[in-house]
Amino acid sequence: MATSNCGSPLPALSRRRGSATTRRVVGRGLLLALGLLLFLAPAFAVEPSEMLKDKALEARARAIGQELRCLVCQNESIDESNADLAHDLRVLLRQRIAVGDTDQQAIQFIVKRYGDFVLLKPPVEPATWLLWFGPAALLAASAAGALIFVRRRNRAAGEPAALTADEKRRLDELLHEPE
Amino acid sequence: MGRILLIVPLALFVALVVYFFVAMHGGYDPSTLPSAMVGKPVPVFDLPGPPAPPNYSGPPVKLGFSSRDMLGHVVLVNFFASWCVPCRAEHPVLMGLGSSAGVPLVGIAYKDKPKDAVDFLQEYGNPYVAIALDESGRTGIDFGVYGVPETYIVDKHGIIRVRHVGPLTAESVAREILPAVRALQAQP
Repeated sequence: MATSNCGSPLPALSRRRGSATTRRVVGRGLLLALGLLLFLAPAFAVEPSEMLKDKALEARARAIGQELRCLVCQNESIDESNADLAHDLRVLLRQRIAVGDTDQQAIQFIVKRYGDFVLLKPPVEPATWLLWFGPAALLAASAAGALIFVRRRNRAAGEPAALTADEKRRLDELLHEPE
Repeated sequence: MGRILLIVPLALFVALVVYFFVAMHGGYDPSTLPSAMVGKPVPVFDLPGPPAPPNYSGPPVKLGFSSRDMLGHVVLVNFFASWCVPCRAEHPVLMGLGSSAGVPLVGIAYKDKPKDAVDFLQEYGNPYVAIALDESGRTGIDFGVYGVPETYIVDKHGIIRVRHVGPLTAESVAREILPAVRALQAQP
């Protein structure tokens, strides 16, 4: 697959020697910048030129884009990916929404071409039951198994069998053994 | 009953090991995605061709074609691009296909500049009987292309039958592409 790069290149930091004051100021600035980074929303790849003018429509497009897998960088949504194809799909999605598609219609438009795989959340259907319910079923089965095991063990430990006649005689002997 | 329960974890483990072994060695490639378009009609398109190079002297090539042009024949549709490195690896295989394969090979230049596409074919040779340009990549999206090269076999009725993702190799042509083409050509 050679369509496009996935990562976003970071601008290289250039180093420069300066006086102590400059360094302190730069240091503070850097600290401030780092602090501000904490308040940043996660990065999105959507470019301003792609956005729809209507804010409500754009918000819908953003929401849908976050649910669709980028086929090139397969663990990113088209909303996050810098791949060329993701850009094309974002534009296409916005075109569909602009001409009046509902969310479902717009999603189906892409699913028809790329299959269910583009959905980051797979649909619930017989083929995906194992995926959706497997972990819960496994947990329930293990819990049931553990419960049965513990109950059995408790029952076995809680009700010791009565002593047989032989055992009673032996016990009597032991208790009344002369010192 | 107790005995059987004892064997269950071991049996599950063995099943898992066999599954992983087969998945790893059975030629399964997780980056190859299932195709939604196989079995569906080829998307409707009518794309322009690149300009003919002035000094061209080879066999005639149709510049620009539409989905309708393909009806009535089994056709190999190859998405390529001059900027795509695997396409260069694939190119000799396409050249080797030639007329002996008995199946028309058409090329769609995916998101490529017309001049770059022509230069690429001038330099490495042109294996296609028809060339079209998909500059916007929209036709590629309609096919479900997610990375060039991709090759599709379209039957006589315009239904996509096979999709091959990634470069064709001599082996995949002999084992996968040509047998499928022959089988489809034999169908009415």
